[in-house]
Amino acid sequence: MPHTAYIYDAIRTPRGAGKQSGSLNEVKPVSLGAGLLTELQQRHNLDTSYVDDVIMGCVTPAGEQGGDVAKHIVQFANWDESIPGVQIDRFCASGLEAVNMAAQKIASGWEDLIVAGGVESMSRVPMGASGGAWLNDPEMILNDSIVPQGIGADTIATIGGWSRTVVDTYAAESQKRAAFARDNGYFDKSVVAVKDLNGLPILAKDEFIRPGTTVETLSGLKPVFAPLGAMGFDDMVLKKYPDLMAIDHVHTAGNSSGIVDGSSAVLVGSEKAGKDLGLKPRARIISAAVLATEPTIMLTGPGPAAKKALAKAGLTAKDIDLFEVNEAFASIVLRFMQDLDVSHDIVNVNGGAIAMGHPLGATGGMLVGTLLDELERRDLQRGMVALCVGGGMGIATIIERV
Amino acid sequence: MSENIHGFNYEKDADGIVTITMDMDGPVNSMNVQFRNAMKAVADKLEAEAGLTGVVIASAKKTFFAGGDLKELSSIPKGEEESAYRMIEDELKAPLRRWEKLQVPVVAAINGAALGGGLEICLACNRRIAWDSPKVIIGLPEVTLGLLPGAGGVVRSIHMLGLVNALPLLLEGARMPAAKAAKVGYVDELVANAEDLVPAAKAWIKANPEAWAQPWDVSGHKIPGGDVWNPVNGQTLSLAVGTVFKKTRGLLPAPEQILQVASEAMCSGFESAMRQESRGLAYLLTTKEAKNTITAGFFQMNAVNGGAARPKDVAPSEVKKLGILGAGMMGQGIAYSAATAGIQVVLKDISVEAAEKGKAYSAKLLGKQVEKGRMTAEDQERVLGLITPSADYADLAGCDLIVEAVFENKELKAQVTKEAEAHLGEGVVFGSNTSSLPISELAEASVRPDNFIGIHFFSPVDKMPLVEIIMGEKTSDEALAKAIDFTRQIRKTPIVVNDSLGFFTTRVFVTYLDEGVRLLKEGLSPVLIDNMGKYIGMAVGPLTVYDEISQELIRKMAATHREMGVFGAKMDYSVATEVAETMVNEFGRGGRHHGGGFFEYGDVKQPWGQLAELYGKEGADLPQADMQDRLLFRQVIETLKCLQEGVLRSVAEGNVGSMLGIAAPAWTGGFIQVVNTYEYNGEIGIAAFIARAKELEAAYGERFAVPAILSEKLAAGELLV
Repeated sequence: MPHTAYIYDAIRTPRGAGKQSGSLNEVKPVSLGAGLLTELQQRHNLDTSYVDDVIMGCVTPAGEQGGDVAKHIVQFANWDESIPGVQIDRFCASGLEAVNMAAQKIASGWEDLIVAGGVESMSRVPMGASGGAWLNDPEMILNDSIVPQGIGADTIATIGGWSRTVVDTYAAESQKRAAFARDNGYFDKSVVAVKDLNGLPILAKDEFIRPGTTVETLSGLKPVFAPLGAMGFDDMVLKKYPDLMAIDHVHTAGNSSGIVDGSSAVLVGSEKAGKDLGLKPRARIISAAVLATEPTIMLTGPGPAAKKALAKAGLTAKDIDLFEVNEAFASIVLRFMQDLDVSHDIVNVNGGAIAMGHPLGATGGMLVGTLLDELERRDLQRGMVALCVGGGMGIATIIERV
Repeated sequence: MSENIHGFNYEKDADGIVTITMDMDGPVNSMNVQFRNAMKAVADKLEAEAGLTGVVIASAKKTFFAGGDLKELSSIPKGEEESAYRMIEDELKAPLRRWEKLQVPVVAAINGAALGGGLEICLACNRRIAWDSPKVIIGLPEVTLGLLPGAGGVVRSIHMLGLVNALPLLLEGARMPAAKAAKVGYVDELVANAEDLVPAAKAWIKANPEAWAQPWDVSGHKIPGGDVWNPVNGQTLSLAVGTVFKKTRGLLPAPEQILQVASEAMCSGFESAMRQESRGLAYLLTTKEAKNTITAGFFQMNAVNGGAARPKDVAPSEVKKLGILGAGMMGQGIAYSAATAGIQVVLKDISVEAAEKGKAYSAKLLGKQVEKGRMTAEDQERVLGLITPSADYADLAGCDLIVEAVFENKELKAQVTKEAEAHLGEGVVFGSNTSSLPISELAEASVRPDNFIGIHFFSPVDKMPLVEIIMGEKTSDEALAKAIDFTRQIRKTPIVVNDSLGFFTTRVFVTYLDEGVRLLKEGLSPVLIDNMGKYIGMAVGPLTVYDEISQELIRKMAATHREMGVFGAKMDYSVATEVAETMVNEFGRGGRHHGGGFFEYGDVKQPWGQLAELYGKEGADLPQADMQDRLLFRQVIETLKCLQEGVLRSVAEGNVGSMLGIAAPAWTGGFIQVVNTYEYNGEIGIAAFIARAKELEAAYGERFAVPAILSEKLAAGELLV
């Protein structure tokens, strides 16, 4: 790369339960994002006029989250009026895509300092509110056998032979790890309390985690996607997967990612930006990859994307110390570990979206921060973030401490 | 058996219905500490009540409930937002929430005014029954006090009425009689007699034992008219932003917060929006705008309107017949105001034609009212019939009060005073509507100087609510009491000041013109200068208002002051005068109604072409904050001088007079109160004001030196009250 893309900081809001009773339901999306920009500005005494762009992933850009929410956030944070903003949508990859785009802008030498991350208030702007052909265009849905994502996740589990107990065991471990990490302050460095107009805290820590969750408690939950499957979507899958007898609907609300509200912001810049502003780089972005896989099963992209990113970097999975793989559903991570032949010991060591929730467009940026904090805490070198993505896409990014 | 719980009488009947009759200490029920204790204790008791079938909330007072305790609320200092927020959440909202979650019907029996907190209590009930009487006034007027309804008023209104219906009520702080409230949807049922309220409430409870759930607590609840996803609501919100800004220019945070909370109610859950509402109120409570509005706009305004300045031991008086000398712009306006208040008026001018012309003004204003359907043709005739145009002093016989409104010329005024007095009885008060000439000097022409007083109206008289009453050296308390009684009779607000050049209002007002003209002479653009005036919240920029008042008038006033040997004595308008003389004498620019002033008034208003050549300077520039503060501080400092010199007899009159007479911006609470809450460089109050004034003095001259009264108050740790 002609220019190295450094990560100077990576922060996030806590994740609030994504329903009307959640703590962040009273916080509008622009406030979620602007709070982080203000924090970045204050932490680094940042001359905001230096920033070239703000890229925010958002998967439901509708209503108060619509209309280039990134630019709205920049303005709402009172940043210098010369700073632009762009909202991007690559479904669940949006937040990481924002970071990757920022890295590419820096690597090209065209720009020097970017804020990249995402925002999603799922309690205020419900999933699906921005529509899309894959949701309601019969011709497209039939042509490609597009089924609800959870059925794809169930199919992955069926193919992998992962029973309900296996996925629930994974989920319980995610809860345990997340609660331990939160309670021991592993997230404190990067989680910025959301405050009201009086400066009073509204939410300071992740609230979705359910400590004490066990395989036993999880076993009582209903498989969410069985009824949808029975309505005909299973048949659509089976038409593409003739080796399967039936879909084993193992995913429940307890072993799938939680619906939450939140935002993330990663400060990505060139060496020059660091020197000009007196910022110390924490890591550099080595490589990134995005691709698409079979769209009916939809969620098998992380493994292939990871391999593509490793190949670009001239590395193998063995060279990666820690992985953050988005826990959209338990089977996604199980599949990833199988694809790359890596142990759960170094994957999602502080839990994941099953415990903490998955604020769609914001998640990628959050995972970058969580990974970087943990690499530092353990004094390790290299890490990878990967997510499964709607439409069969997968995305991965490799970072390395400096 | 009845039990008194912190001023709430708790009584359960044989049917299991508990009636809570609010009868708190003091003349009214209000949201004070006693109320908060009562609410919690009563909620505890109701939740534990065995065999409860329903609850009625009633009042033992004439008003149902008077709302928040404004003294307490306005005393919360900056930095105490957290405790304010907790108080609102835990002590106001939580108990109301517990009441409305009781699994029995809860009914409000509204026997009198239910404003603010009063209505908010009712909104937390399952049903509202009101006495159909004009005394039962209902509404959420918090915005008029710089606050928002924080005990659920914003959010429940929207969940009950829908955004489109609720928002205008909240933004205007609308107050309405019970019948209108029933139309709007705040009230469910009206009864003809107050005694019918509780029986009607109990009957409803018995007929509807299951009606205990609030709509917003029922799953699947939809706000009437939908939430933010209904485009009509989005449009309503975005248009309201414009109309709010047009009204406040960004200087009043309360309507903005109401709008924001309304938007929250559209975008988030009921409980989330309720918390946002509490946060919004906690924020507003400590703002200078709320404190100023409550202190001056409410308490001081009420005191002044209540006749605080009236000598107590003079018997009340009423004017039945009023004599007005001079049927010009002021005289005809005073005639209109008096006649519409039912007073017989003799409108005297030098010719009957001139007097008729003055009466025609009333005919025109009344005609407009008839056109708009606000008045009948018969009423118009009756009011007009009260005005008798005349050229004959003899017609003044029988008048109780005279208002002289001839040109601002000492000799002319002396002449009409003498001629009129010849036809007047002993006790008749003679008021001069002069805007600046010392009353004691005008009184020299009078044979009864103890009856002689200044009664200064503002133009246009029919719209301007203030009357500035000026005490001459010899003016008696009786004359003062009569002038105040007359002012209140014509439904205007009286302030009383002591005699001095320009009195209070004119003296302060000309500093605004003077400072605007100084900026002009420093080479700044007239458009910029006017906008700086608007930015601080003045209704009109200083140069435009100068054009309205007219350069001609200021020039003449200065000439009169020079003749009387008082020019420059008290009123500092030397630069305004100098520029007026240049404009009029050299360029014939006498003002808007004299062919134009600083501006041209063609199809499009624009700066007069030669102005830039005359005063403009290439590259002239000043920080906007300085320009704004100069325009504000001149007026504030002049007001403080009036207070120190005893021209103003009370702080309240200074604040009320400046707001109603010379358009002191609402956010200031008047040109004295603004100092108490002034914020600068992290300081608040008098110290902050002095610090800023010192900077202005150093940069722009000694006219910004603050009078000693400020440092005295600061040293004593007192506010200007």
